[in-house]
Amino acid sequence: MPIQVLMPALSPTMEKGNLAKWLKKEGETIKSGDVIAEIETDKATMEVEATDEGTLGKILIPEGTADVAVNTPIATILADGESAADLAKAPAPAAKAAESAPPAAAKAEAPAPKAAPAPQAVAEPDPEVPAGTEMITQTIREALRDAMAEEMRRDPDVFVMGEEVAEYQGAYKVTQGLLQEFGARRVIDTPITEHGFAGVGVGAAMTGLKPVVEFMTFNFAMQAIDQIINSAAKTLYMSGGQMGCSIVFRGPNGAAARVAAQHSQDYSAWYSNVPGLKVVAPFSAADYKGLLKAAIRDPNPVIFLENEVLYGHTGEVPKLDDFIVPIGKARIVRAGSHVSIISWSNGMTYALKAADELAKEGIEAEVIDLRTLRPMDTETIINSVKKTGRAVTVEEGWAQSGVGAEIAARIMENAFDYLDAPVARVAGKDVPMPYAANLEKLALPSAAEVVEAAKAVCYR
Amino acid sequence: MAAPKKAAASAEQDKTNGGSPPEFTREQELKALRDMLLIRRFEEKAGQLYGMGAIGGFCHLYIGQEAVVVGMQMALKQGDQVITGYRDHGHMLATGMDANGVMAELTGRRGGYSKGKGGSMHMFSKEKHFYGGHGIVGAQVSLGTGLAFANNYRSNGNVSVTYFGDGAANQGQVYESFNMAELWKLPVIYVIENNRYAMGTSVSRASAQQDFSKRGVSFNIPGKQVDGMDVRAVKAAGEEAAAWCRAGKGPFILEMQTYRYRGHSMSDPAKYRTREEVEKVRHDQDPIEQVRNRLLAAKVSEADLKAIDAEVRDIVNASADFAQHDPEPDAAELWTDVYR
Repeated sequence: MPIQVLMPALSPTMEKGNLAKWLKKEGETIKSGDVIAEIETDKATMEVEATDEGTLGKILIPEGTADVAVNTPIATILADGESAADLAKAPAPAAKAAESAPPAAAKAEAPAPKAAPAPQAVAEPDPEVPAGTEMITQTIREALRDAMAEEMRRDPDVFVMGEEVAEYQGAYKVTQGLLQEFGARRVIDTPITEHGFAGVGVGAAMTGLKPVVEFMTFNFAMQAIDQIINSAAKTLYMSGGQMGCSIVFRGPNGAAARVAAQHSQDYSAWYSNVPGLKVVAPFSAADYKGLLKAAIRDPNPVIFLENEVLYGHTGEVPKLDDFIVPIGKARIVRAGSHVSIISWSNGMTYALKAADELAKEGIEAEVIDLRTLRPMDTETIINSVKKTGRAVTVEEGWAQSGVGAEIAARIMENAFDYLDAPVARVAGKDVPMPYAANLEKLALPSAAEVVEAAKAVCYR
Repeated sequence: MAAPKKAAASAEQDKTNGGSPPEFTREQELKALRDMLLIRRFEEKAGQLYGMGAIGGFCHLYIGQEAVVVGMQMALKQGDQVITGYRDHGHMLATGMDANGVMAELTGRRGGYSKGKGGSMHMFSKEKHFYGGHGIVGAQVSLGTGLAFANNYRSNGNVSVTYFGDGAANQGQVYESFNMAELWKLPVIYVIENNRYAMGTSVSRASAQQDFSKRGVSFNIPGKQVDGMDVRAVKAAGEEAAAWCRAGKGPFILEMQTYRYRGHSMSDPAKYRTREEVEKVRHDQDPIEQVRNRLLAAKVSEADLKAIDAEVRDIVNASADFAQHDPEPDAAELWTDVYR
């Protein structure tokens, strides 16, 4: 029976990719280990190796096809003795794959459901964007790259350092093209030495340079957290205002997908605990861009928490010469009067989905994207709660001593008399992140949990 | 195995110049004497104020090690940066920072270098290119490497002089920094002040490789052992290292063999070494007495030396006076300088 070759995943978060090139033709003999095709995503390029022997029977996805879903059959291999006539036989394992991934041609046309944000959910216009501004659609990854490139063009003291930021083009391709434009003096590959290069960045910043230090993930920044907190955050105070540092520490934070406990921690609460640091954790592509530019210009150390799951998501980014989103301002992404749902970063995915669900049941949720965790925009939260009388916080991190706990405390302190129900927290479960797909899903918050919490505070 | 350890602070170990270091001019000797005396008297006064309760928290005195910072400072040029750990008063005075400002910081007063908010271990001076004063052992090594990174980025010809002790030399980030410094040929002099004790743990009880000049071997960083009790040897070694850095050849390690007379901090139990050991170094190798004896041998009058003593005492007494009478920071200062 012919063997189907499926579109492989390059990473746990990859959902689709481009079939860049076929290296074998139909009818060619294939040995196990032969490279038969090249596939690429916005993140990386990979060669597809044959794991079976035989003849390349039929190419199902022509080269140059974009957005081929993972697990889509891309070719069939005929075993010895089989002929093209056998291709008609539908192979059993492939049928299953085809179920989850519809025929490639059709799939390629359809937008990936998770890749696009739901602009219809955004009820409130962005106050940072003048009416009538032309918008461009780009991925969060591109928005981050553009933010860094624009700031590097503007200020020669800005440079980028980290593991694989230069020649590799970024472990998550966020720094793609920066080396080519700015050269090795300003785009610096470091050894794998987080503690050391974080300190080098802080030292350079003390002299007035403006480093953007990329951590491959914030999980690895635990090696460097002494320099971030003891050196970067405290020096301005300890020097009586004489010497501070303008530095950005950025990189993916929180859970990616299927990378287990050591690579899946959310550090929102950790860093937002520390005076002297600013902590930013955006959700939309426009905010990623505007806030990173603001962070680079900020004279203080800024922790810029990104989310790997969001890197490939696209959004509308204003086409402005200098689009800045001020640090410290939350945004009401969806207006509502029954319950305030407060979140940030990827927590917004659950919050917005839940708001859609709730609307179907007649509950209008007001969804607030905090965007900045420190300084926290208490005013926007409180004004919303005064209106709705009910609040739900949503975070991927743990509940104990979490950001949700802080929000609840502020609501209690500032709007106690307006509350019609205790504040509810939806958070990551109180366990290290498990690897198994089903357990991982259980460990993370879900839209259903947000819906449930919102209904509970509405006594519905 | 480690080579047998010689007495740390012995003149015969100076390999800087294959023997005795180049002579100082009379002016250089006088300047070295004055600068070392200032540190000695300042630290003695700080110890006294601590005993009176005027200085709180931790206070780590530099007495015995004065030749290291004074000799190094004589080898530097304007613009070179200095950064060190928590035993930092000597470094600050050597870079020319004002004694009043340092002492007032020790007493936590508003006229202190950090407005009283940093204390003994956390002082800075942009003007004097002094980058702290760091309380986390070894952290200053990565930071000092970052200063050198900035010099390289700006091609300004400056050198970062990064001081740390024999204890800090065992921290992991020291080696992360060594690797990057040599990889990127950064102009940094790593000055390891080997005073033979990391708090109460002697070098032989903490260090597998007790020759600290070799700590950069696996990174190809050259290193030298220097008699850190002889200010002339320190200056000569500092000049050699600075020239190496300025020539674009990367970092250089100087192991300064020195000795701390006082305890690690003010609450030192002094159980880990004998009184005789301290007395012997003090008697045989004191950095200040070495200079004073050379000056006397060169027929500088006692009166001239006394005049230096008097000038230094005046500065120190004035700083103590200032530091005890300057007001504490305004309560509003609690909330300033968190962000800018």
